[in-house]
Amino acid sequence: MMEGWLFVSPTLIGFLVFFLGPLLAVVYYSMTEWNLLTQQATFVGLRNFENALLENPDFWLVVRNSVIFAIGLVPLNMALALLLALALSRPFLGVVFFRTIFFAPVVTSAIAWAIVWKFMLQGEGGAVNQMLSWIGIDGPNWLRQPSWAMAAVIVTRVIKMVGLNMIIYIAALQSIPRDYEEAALLEGASRWQIFRMITWPMLAPTTLIIMVLTTIGSFKVFDHIYQMTGGGPENGTLVLAFYIYQQAFKFFNVGYASALALIMFVIVMILTLVQVMIRQRGAE
Amino acid sequence: MSRRQIQITYRLCWTLALLILAVPFVFPFLWMISGGFKSTTEIFGSPTLIPRVWRFENFAEVFTYQPFARQYFNSLYIAGAVTVLTLFIASLAGYALARIRFAGAGLLMLLLVTALMVPEEVTIIPNFFMVRWAGLVDTHWPLILLPTFGPQGVMATFLMRQFFLALPKELEDAGKMDGLSRFGVWWKIAIPMSRPALAAVAIITFLHSWNLFLEPLIFLSSLEKFTLPLALTNFNDSYGLPLWNLQLAATSLAVVPILVIYLIAQRQIMESFALSGVKG
Repeated sequence: MMEGWLFVSPTLIGFLVFFLGPLLAVVYYSMTEWNLLTQQATFVGLRNFENALLENPDFWLVVRNSVIFAIGLVPLNMALALLLALALSRPFLGVVFFRTIFFAPVVTSAIAWAIVWKFMLQGEGGAVNQMLSWIGIDGPNWLRQPSWAMAAVIVTRVIKMVGLNMIIYIAALQSIPRDYEEAALLEGASRWQIFRMITWPMLAPTTLIIMVLTTIGSFKVFDHIYQMTGGGPENGTLVLAFYIYQQAFKFFNVGYASALALIMFVIVMILTLVQVMIRQRGAE
Repeated sequence: MSRRQIQITYRLCWTLALLILAVPFVFPFLWMISGGFKSTTEIFGSPTLIPRVWRFENFAEVFTYQPFARQYFNSLYIAGAVTVLTLFIASLAGYALARIRFAGAGLLMLLLVTALMVPEEVTIIPNFFMVRWAGLVDTHWPLILLPTFGPQGVMATFLMRQFFLALPKELEDAGKMDGLSRFGVWWKIAIPMSRPALAAVAIITFLHSWNLFLEPLIFLSSLEKFTLPLALTNFNDSYGLPLWNLQLAATSLAVVPILVIYLIAQRQIMESFALSGVKG
């Protein structure tokens, strides 16, 4: 009995000090007006939430950007991951080579990846536009135009992270018994039918996990935005995690930033629960 | 065409498609290394993959522009410390949650699961004040403690628990018969048998710490305390514009060793990440 608690005590103490305590503190902070420079925290109740939800137009812009980011990233990431996994789940000559390549960006730091892509996406002399010019396309200055900047960050982020989902899908595909598929083949099922009727349903739990993880990951994106666009141009890539960082550590609006952090927490929780519920209904 | 020919054509088309798809995954690395050797004028001239003039000086300049060797060492020792600490703490707790029956274990599991769901951005603000209150701003302590006890540490705990659940119980019983304490059983029997799990946890923990950015950005202010990702963003001229050749040279220096290790141990590394994605 005591032994158990003794074993978990470091984890428990860390949990209380670095997680539960701060979580309660952030709830309190969110109800204060607190400027770091004046060092004075005044209790203002739900004022910060009111400000975010009703008054400050920045907030809805930021939420909109985060939603656009997620809607752009999640389906692209998952579809590409599944496609790659289907292509690379069976052994063939070169399979290890391809898996290694598609996974390599995952182990690379996001900052390094963002630095190189920012370099490649420059308007003039950037490698991407140079290649586009070979086929007669005059590329834009990607990171300087709001609509292109968002697309560019999404695509570079997908290339960085898709390998992770690919690997998870490959593991799931390899655990599907081959008998089902062979039986279906004998009965004359097409490849598409096999995928539709056997593979896809059997991947459902994995798809759910990947969907949850990828959506949460997309709401947490920070490094890429920081390095590639800094939230610009014209706030076109100002997403929630970056905005919270800015408000807290650049403008020192601690109370407001804490309120935003709590809103982010709620969004992530709701997303997780909704996705789990949708899946459960689908499975019935 | 015969059936075999169709199959070969099919295979070739797939391989070709994969090769084309691989370009945006591989090219950035090549372009990064190539850019690191170029002069500023060549970087902005019409680009070629092989530099016309190889400027090895860039790599020397990286170390004089800021204390890059020191920053490299910082990243290395911090990631090492986080890894060792996480392995120890997570395997202790993971073992207890898998093997010891104690009141409150279920509740503790539930609490830890919620911790996995909460983004670091939510707790970073109060954590910042706590670190400041403790006088640890601009030290490496928060970079070691926060990842160890944060969501990454919790995930390590769950991975270890999952592995310990699958260990045969008989071995432990034999250990107990020989008079080992609980701690002895954990240290002398469970830990040596869980090498694959420990390796997996070590790999993802090390890489997580090595690539960490938000925490160093918030907590560190002096150059010689920077970690690599933070140092990489710091190769700018006095107008704040990037010194591309130095930045790319430094990025190569930071990325290539990790890539080499990855190429050597790619199977193990990919498996570790797959495990964390499925069970975390």
